[in-house]
Amino acid sequence: MPTPVITATDLVKRFGDFDAVKGISFEVAPGESFGLLGPNGAGKSTTMRMVGAVSPRTGGELSILGLDPNRYGPEIRSQLGVVPQSDNLDVELPVLQNLIVYGRYFGLPRALVKQRAGELLEFAQLTDKAKTKIDDLSGGMKRRLTIARALINDPRILLLDEPTTGLDPQARHILWDRLFRLKEQGTTLVLTTHYMDEAEQLCDRLVVVDKGQIMAEGSPASLIRRYSSREVVELRFGSARNASAAEQLAGVGERIEVLPDRVLIYADDGERALEAVRGRGLEAITSLVRRSSLEDVFLRLTGRSLIE
Amino acid sequence: MSAVEASVRAEGRSSRWLGSVFAGNPGAVMSRSWLATRSTNWLVVASGFLEPVLYLLSLGVGLGTLIGTVDTGGRQVSYAAFIAPALLATSAMNGAVMDSTFNVFFKLNFGKLYEGMLATPLGPLDVALGEILMALLRGALYGLAFMGVMAAVGLTLSWTALLALPALLIIAFGFASLGMGVVSFMKTFTQLDWIFFVLLPMFLLSSTFFPITVYPPAVRIVIECLPLWHGIELVRGLTTGVITPALLWHVVYFAGMVAVGLVLATTRLKALFLK
Amino acid sequence: MTTATTNDFDGPSTDASAAALRAALRPRRFGALYVLEHRLRAARQAWTSFVFPALGTPVLYLFAMGLGLGSLIRQGSGSVDGVSYLVFVAPALLTAAAFQTASEEFIFPIRVGFKWNPIFFGMNAAPLSPGQIIDGNVLATSVRVVLNGLVYFALMALFGAVPSGWGVLSVLAALLTALSFGGPLCAYIASLDKEASQETLVLRFVVMPLTLFSGTYFPLALMPVYLQWIGWISPLWHGTQLARDLTYGAGEPGWLVAVHLAYLVATFVVGWQLARRIAGKRLNK
Ligand SMILES: Nc1ncnc2c1ncn2[C@@H]1O[C@H](COP(=O)(O)OP(=O)(O)O)[C@@H](O)[C@H]1O
Ligand SMILES: [Mg+2]
Repeated sequence: MPTPVITATDLVKRFGDFDAVKGISFEVAPGESFGLLGPNGAGKSTTMRMVGAVSPRTGGELSILGLDPNRYGPEIRSQLGVVPQSDNLDVELPVLQNLIVYGRYFGLPRALVKQRAGELLEFAQLTDKAKTKIDDLSGGMKRRLTIARALINDPRILLLDEPTTGLDPQARHILWDRLFRLKEQGTTLVLTTHYMDEAEQLCDRLVVVDKGQIMAEGSPASLIRRYSSREVVELRFGSARNASAAEQLAGVGERIEVLPDRVLIYADDGERALEAVRGRGLEAITSLVRRSSLEDVFLRLTGRSLIE
Repeated sequence: MSAVEASVRAEGRSSRWLGSVFAGNPGAVMSRSWLATRSTNWLVVASGFLEPVLYLLSLGVGLGTLIGTVDTGGRQVSYAAFIAPALLATSAMNGAVMDSTFNVFFKLNFGKLYEGMLATPLGPLDVALGEILMALLRGALYGLAFMGVMAAVGLTLSWTALLALPALLIIAFGFASLGMGVVSFMKTFTQLDWIFFVLLPMFLLSSTFFPITVYPPAVRIVIECLPLWHGIELVRGLTTGVITPALLWHVVYFAGMVAVGLVLATTRLKALFLK
Repeated sequence: MTTATTNDFDGPSTDASAAALRAALRPRRFGALYVLEHRLRAARQAWTSFVFPALGTPVLYLFAMGLGLGSLIRQGSGSVDGVSYLVFVAPALLTAAAFQTASEEFIFPIRVGFKWNPIFFGMNAAPLSPGQIIDGNVLATSVRVVLNGLVYFALMALFGAVPSGWGVLSVLAALLTALSFGGPLCAYIASLDKEASQETLVLRFVVMPLTLFSGTYFPLALMPVYLQWIGWISPLWHGTQLARDLTYGAGEPGWLVAVHLAYLVATFVVGWQLARRIAGKRLNK
């Protein structure tokens, strides 16, 4: 593995007497697309802020581009592009000005910033909105503009905190497409998400975090292989009956999970498992056979679902 | 640039003064502020200078008729010439305080502007200085305009009035930096009211409309501790040409205020955003 | 599963209509009071913002203007309008404070309710009518002006600024001042939709000039004629003169007192009715 651009070792962040991040370790290689997958409150944003050199760590070691963020905040930030969880665009300035002004914060020459701003508007598909006020943009457009803004300094690492949370499906797909292009160009991406489909689409490698700790690490496919079966049967018996139905299903498939709204049966052959359910005389209100996902990995690791 | 190069450049910089809170680029924050001002209603910006002019017209003429002349530092001056420098200093204070408190309060608590800035190499001192310097620039323009009015109606009684402009800048600097430091502690609109509770008595009592010789000695000492009194006395000395060594003390007072304010503002921005 | 259910509101039912009619009785009658209650509750959340200025401002102004500036005027022209400067300026400070309160209360809460945090639309989605929403706001400001005015008056009396026994009625003059300016202001603010800093412009180009050129700190007659007209159209001048008549018997002719009264009442009624109509168009369009 080439020299990592980010190395975190036993990273800890404490707010008062609450540990938001409880000793996590990971490395990110240049050009890699790395994800932190976890539910709300897992400590993803806190970690991202430490990596972004705007939040001093409470304990452990952290090195970004070989530098310690406690000491080299401005230097590290000059090499990062940051897309925070909630947009913090400059609402007093129109779209294009947002990019130019932000570039100036890096001390970049005006001419260079102007040229890049034009290109980035193109990239963000916002060229025709150059003069629009921020308040008049849709959520997806704001997000794309925030990403364009994060690229104004041609960063070595792009940090994306929940890039598509709160967007409608179409806007998400447009955004994913843009991020793919960056990935293809070799930009190092570090992103957090609580959407398993996003993690599966965008991450080469990811860590599953919960309550400030890393539960597992690997590529999406390897995680699924390790922690889940190939397929899953989802059965809904009605909220009152799920638990009792599950009891009668003991032995079907490799493993059974009971959630408040459904029962999951993990099996390599979903259709056969479903046959077995019917064989026991149980008829679900709805039933569905699907491939395993990171959602199932998370459930296996924590006993809870990602989105509650 | 490679990671190693970044670290080499970084070595050079971090040895410099205030490495982690200052990137030496408050100019970027200022030009952002200038652009934002340009995109607001020009009438709002231009009318900022109206308030002291109206005060001068109303009170200078109306009360001037009732009062006649006033003694300042042994010199008899018209009532209008007495209040004009006070209005000038007060408007420097008001402008600086509004820019550094209300505007900053919104940016701190509602907008996320500073969060975005601090994700770049900019440090909290860049942000604080940039915002404050911009407020000063605006204040200087208003001050210049008002002094033009004063000169036009013959209320600048000495060439030393020229020095009132730099005096206004240091007054505004003092109020802006302290204002920004203080507002960073405020969380609710109700707390913002406290700013008015402080400004209003200072405005009414600090020898703005009448000399503090009308007070009993104990009250006088309290007034003489207030920053606005120092500001008014400084500007009044310069525009009326009553020059005494005491003027230097007023300058020292504001230099101290600037220092305290800047340290406070920077420390607080750091605590608020780099946590 | 598609089981048919019936409920009280299915189809035309005299019972349901009657229930609706009954339920709206109280809102129809007391709606404005509910809006008032809302405003009072909101005020309680930030009570310091109301109580401290109510106590602090009068003391400050009476002290600084009445006594401080007064001592300068004693050395100059001596008395003003036949009385000491304190007596002359105190009733004007009272009405000017009411004027100030009105300009705040009819700008920000109205702008907020229609636009920034559009609670008026929520009230209107409940059984309250647009007119009642305006009325409730007018009531809320009136309550504040009267309470502040009473405090102000008590402090004036304490400073020895009220020779006449009828003086306490000057609080009503203050209320009239506030409403006469507040009515039209409320109508204007209610009509705003776009963001163009109109509030700031109103404060700078209307409120401030009116405050300074309405004969508050000196008799209006001392102004050059080309500035006196500002006083004549200013609710603050009319209200202040009424208050002066009441606190020290400024001795204006009867017809002039009648003009003051008529002007104040007329501007309020016109502005207020306009505000109700604008609110109606805006909330129920
Ligand atoms: N500034 C802060 N002060 C106190 N607690 C915080 C602060 N920031 C985050 N937390 C807490 O730390 C935990 C992790 O938060 P966060 O990193 O935002 O989670 P995530 O981004 O994974 O949803 C949460 O319980 C949150 O309440
Ligand atoms: Mg988060």
